[in-house]
Amino acid sequence: MNLTRFGTVGAIAMAGAILLSSCAANETAGSGNASGTLNGAGSSAQGSAQEAWRAAFQTANSKATINYDPSGSGAGREQFIAGGVDFAGSDSALKPEEIAGGFAGCVDGSGYVQVPVYISPIAVIFNVKGVDALNLDATTLAGIFKGTITKWDDPAIVALNPDATLPSASITAVHRSDDSGTTKNFTDYLNKVAPAVWDAPAADPFPYKVGEGANGTSGVVDAVTNGTNTIGYADASKAGSLTIAAIKVGDKFVAPSAEGAAKVVAESPAGATASDADLSVALDRTTTDPSHYPLVLVSYIDACLEYKDAKVGSLVKEYVSYIASEKGQADAAAAAGSSPLTSELSAKVLAVVGNIK
Amino acid sequence: MTTRPASPKAPLRPADRIFAGSTIIAGGIILAALAAVAIFLVAQSIPAFVADPAEIKGSPSSFLEYVGPLVFGTIWAAFLALLMALPLSLGIALFISHYAPRPVAQGLGYIIDLLAAVPSVVFGLWGIKVLAPTLVPSYNWLVDNLGWFPLFTPPVSGTGRTVLTVAIVLAVMVIPIITSLCREVFLQTPVLHQEAALALGATRWEMIQVAVLPFGRPGIVSATMLGLGRALGETMVVAMVLSPADVISFVLTGSQNPQTIAGNIANNFPEAHGVGVNVLIATGLILFVVTLIINSVARAVVNRRRAFSGAN
Repeated sequence: MNLTRFGTVGAIAMAGAILLSSCAANETAGSGNASGTLNGAGSSAQGSAQEAWRAAFQTANSKATINYDPSGSGAGREQFIAGGVDFAGSDSALKPEEIAGGFAGCVDGSGYVQVPVYISPIAVIFNVKGVDALNLDATTLAGIFKGTITKWDDPAIVALNPDATLPSASITAVHRSDDSGTTKNFTDYLNKVAPAVWDAPAADPFPYKVGEGANGTSGVVDAVTNGTNTIGYADASKAGSLTIAAIKVGDKFVAPSAEGAAKVVAESPAGATASDADLSVALDRTTTDPSHYPLVLVSYIDACLEYKDAKVGSLVKEYVSYIASEKGQADAAAAAGSSPLTSELSAKVLAVVGNIK
Repeated sequence: MTTRPASPKAPLRPADRIFAGSTIIAGGIILAALAAVAIFLVAQSIPAFVADPAEIKGSPSSFLEYVGPLVFGTIWAAFLALLMALPLSLGIALFISHYAPRPVAQGLGYIIDLLAAVPSVVFGLWGIKVLAPTLVPSYNWLVDNLGWFPLFTPPVSGTGRTVLTVAIVLAVMVIPIITSLCREVFLQTPVLHQEAALALGATRWEMIQVAVLPFGRPGIVSATMLGLGRALGETMVVAMVLSPADVISFVLTGSQNPQTIAGNIANNFPEAHGVGVNVLIATGLILFVVTLIINSVARAVVNRRRAFSGAN
């Protein structure tokens, strides 16, 4: 009797599994019969998203292997140019001189593809007792991180937050001590919007010798959480339970959001190297549209338009198509907390990626 | 420490030959390993020395300018750690060897040895999650009241991730090493020396001063050198706890702390590429040389004072 009961349960479970898998077949990553090995390297900001993409793609295509080494954007671009990896993840667009040199893995003169795949708003996080909302404009933010504003009750901060009870305590501004695309985008924003205060150009290392350094995103979040009267910047998805400041865009104060980040990327003008196959953007940091959140990191995938090895080409095409698809973007949002591309931008990216050979 | 007794020549049996051979091999391997490390460091460092300094992180005017603050930070953090660890370790070792009742001494000895087995990443976590936040009020007080003193110049760090916090964690890590070696050395003090001192009317503390400490001095120096080696090379704790900056500063309580060589390598290696890797390895070579110099100096000191140590 027990046996038959088990049999029934088993049959139902089996039927359910078949049903589920047939449903899931419509939303798998890639065609399901992609095969071969792909090696990528670059941006560590993309790291956790790449992990999710690899896992989903390899589950759906059991004969395909994707490797991604989060060794840093500069290293990734260098290796891609030298032909050491099949694609690169990079937090900054390829430089004109890098493009001019050609790419060892691509068919000579065929050109390259550069598409945005990963968007992450950068949150300004703070930890001040008794303050749970904070409004900042770029000039004040620049002053805090440059060390010219040193107290929480500085008139500049009070003017922006008339209702908050700000303590008369020293500000500890925490920045990344390692080279990072997050720092580059943060300093780019300050340099573009408040050039009078922030006179250093955008760069991976933090430019000024003030404030407190911490290693990696988790280091900054830990330092801000465990410290007192601290402020820092980190990917919005990693901010945890920390309070997040709103930054001034136009004449409103805007908190980081997936929609605002995706929108500013979609509506920014094309970058200096942009072409039919290069969708890099010059992020519009000085936007005054309050539906935008301009303090955002955008990360690209660099690939060949035509690979010397056609098998690699078709695998790259399938993998990057999955990444840019609605499912790929949703997978990254779930795993890494990134902001999915807007559907128009996603369609543009898919059109470009479709040309990869 | 004493002269070796002259042994009468025994006929060599196969077992003797095999044993002698294996000890020679063991000794040779350690020299070969050290030589291999030195060759690797030198070979990999050369590109960093000839590279354009503009390619080094922070674009210093020369490699030396880049490595200077790191060397300073390494020695400064290790010095502070030893300053705290050495008196404490000597106290613990003397307590165990000469003051504590036997069962207490044994238990304490085990606990100290256990402390040496805790991995440094755990000390790092403790430093960043527990010690640093706990010390913030003390640092605030020091800077508010003693801010005129160069070591406590404002502004104060709001997170406690300062060189002093790092030095305290390093001291905790170094204490078991120095303590267990010193304890062993103090226990070796000839009983006749101690009894002679007591018979001359010395108190227990005076006996320790005239008999135990002079006898143990070479051992104390060796133990300190081992501890210093750990403090100089400790990576994880520094990488996790310290708020680093590219500065030479004696301030103990600020946000801008000099980074150590090992901590700098740990923080920057994951994303280093090209000549950046060589630069980091070159800083490793500098650390190797610094450690070698400090050890040689210590050895010279021990040798010079051996004649007066009371050990013979």
